[in-house]
Amino acid sequence: MTQTPFLSRLWIPVVLLAIAAPWLISGYELSLLGRFLAMSILAIGLMLVWGEAGILTLGQGVFFGLGGYALAIHMKLAGLEPGSLPDFMEWSGITALPWWWVPFKSPVLATLMVVVVPGVFAGFFSWLVFRRRVVGVYFALITQALALSFATLLVSQQGATGGFNGLTNFQTLYGFDLNAARAPVVLYWVTLALVVVCFAGVRWLIRSRFGMLLRATRDGENRVRFLGYDTTPYKVVAFTLAAMLAGIGGALFTLHAGVISPALVGVVPSIEMVVWVAVGGRGSLWGAVIGTLAVNFAKDEISSYLPGAWLYVLGLVFILVVGFLPRGIMGLAEDLTRRSARKPQPQPVEAPQ
Amino acid sequence: MSVIAEETKPLLLSVDGVTVDFDGFKAIDNFSMTLEAGELRILIGPNGAGKSTLCDTIIGRVQAASGKVRFRGHEISGLPEYEIVRRGICRKFQTPGVVPSLSVRDNLALAARRDRRWWRGLGLAVPADERARVEEILEIVGLADRADVLAGELAHGEKQWIEIGMVVATGAELLLLDEPTAGMGPNETARTAQLIHSLVGRHTVLVIDHDMTFVEALGGKVTVMHQGKFLRQGTVEQIRNDPEVAAVYLGRSDH
Repeated sequence: MTQTPFLSRLWIPVVLLAIAAPWLISGYELSLLGRFLAMSILAIGLMLVWGEAGILTLGQGVFFGLGGYALAIHMKLAGLEPGSLPDFMEWSGITALPWWWVPFKSPVLATLMVVVVPGVFAGFFSWLVFRRRVVGVYFALITQALALSFATLLVSQQGATGGFNGLTNFQTLYGFDLNAARAPVVLYWVTLALVVVCFAGVRWLIRSRFGMLLRATRDGENRVRFLGYDTTPYKVVAFTLAAMLAGIGGALFTLHAGVISPALVGVVPSIEMVVWVAVGGRGSLWGAVIGTLAVNFAKDEISSYLPGAWLYVLGLVFILVVGFLPRGIMGLAEDLTRRSARKPQPQPVEAPQ
Repeated sequence: MSVIAEETKPLLLSVDGVTVDFDGFKAIDNFSMTLEAGELRILIGPNGAGKSTLCDTIIGRVQAASGKVRFRGHEISGLPEYEIVRRGICRKFQTPGVVPSLSVRDNLALAARRDRRWWRGLGLAVPADERARVEEILEIVGLADRADVLAGELAHGEKQWIEIGMVVATGAELLLLDEPTAGMGPNETARTAQLIHSLVGRHTVLVIDHDMTFVEALGGKVTVMHQGKFLRQGTVEQIRNDPEVAAVYLGRSDH
């Protein structure tokens, strides 16, 4: 909700630095950064729906997966010889392409599906649930069940979804060779651009009266209702937008990682997504991005030294954040700057833009 | 300044034989009352008399088991809460229902909005007439100098006033004020009575309270409820001197 002023003023240098990253860090680090930035688009959506609207969802993995699978299906089809089927289908003894794969042949349609499928599904689902006035922990549990059933469904439909292994081994997208030397850098910049656009879009939304109403609904839904507002559409729109952002994040992630599988979209990844935002601070857009990067870089480091320890660390981090840093890293930064600002010092002059 | 409406004024609200049943407990039992446009009415009764439940029923939070609520001649029982507000009834809750994370001004702006559809909130600009309305109400409730303070940081009495302001800002014709002086000292109570007087005429006001000193400060016609039923109706004088009302209040009613 409240933007920390020093970061709001620093956004231009931060973005410039991010643009220059391919020359500043190693190829491996760049691939991680790109992947984590893709995930931070999901976190931006989660900040909107959880931080602003107060709707805790433990099912963002579903929408991340829908976006990821939508693009992955297209890429599987784009790399095929005419008349043949994706490799895993042949292994499962499938002889004809499932009907619902057909529309994904079109690159335009498949790209639209990255946001349309999660959006339509989230809109319909949340309308049904919010209309019944299901809130709080009950809503969170329903979304968790959704994540569980989505992952289970993917695994069980081996022939059509690639089962437990998911979809992998992509060659080309929009006619570009994904294995070209320049591909990772271009992909990184595309991701960065989408992060900036999504960030700016959600920032606008938060500052609008729509955003004000979301916060009011979070803090006093009854009061808002008895001021004459139907709160259901507001919550449905917030949840749907968050799902669409998760879909974009999932599609970009699939490009970066070269794979999408049930293990990336189930219950545990969905909880992890909430932890990113909790660590960064759910009241801040910067927090959502910073939290995603911090948690995932830490995960990468810890997993390489102590394989298997990550889930324990994750649990510990979550307990610590909930117990001691309820407003996350950004809340801490805000408190620290406020404390240093209390010392007598001249107010910084607002730089002309 | 006691406002007693003449019999010729049109009926704004009629509650007609309403019964509310909570699993066999009749919180409201075949209760009827009417309000005329522009009047000030005070609904009193001891704790548990069903006053707040009546409010809940009028605004659609609680459904009546039988009976009807009509507003401007149209039945409103069963409509969704927001639809009842849009028709012109708004309620202040017993515990102040301000939004703590928004400023006083934003709380009022939220209430003053006329077009409440979600896509109309995507712009950043606030229509000039709504902004003017907010400033006007800030003056009426006497919180103009507190406009940019977060509502959660206000004192309890100020929260009550800001919520009265919010209810007024919706432009509702009928205001239901549920215990507007709860938790207030004598000075604040007197100011609240003044504030409510300034609203009567432009709005029809139904005040719920059980504090007799505040009721006397308000004046107006008084309706007494007891155990979910209608007990008495009259001027403050008549009610104060009514032996049965006194008995109810002192807990000596024989039943």
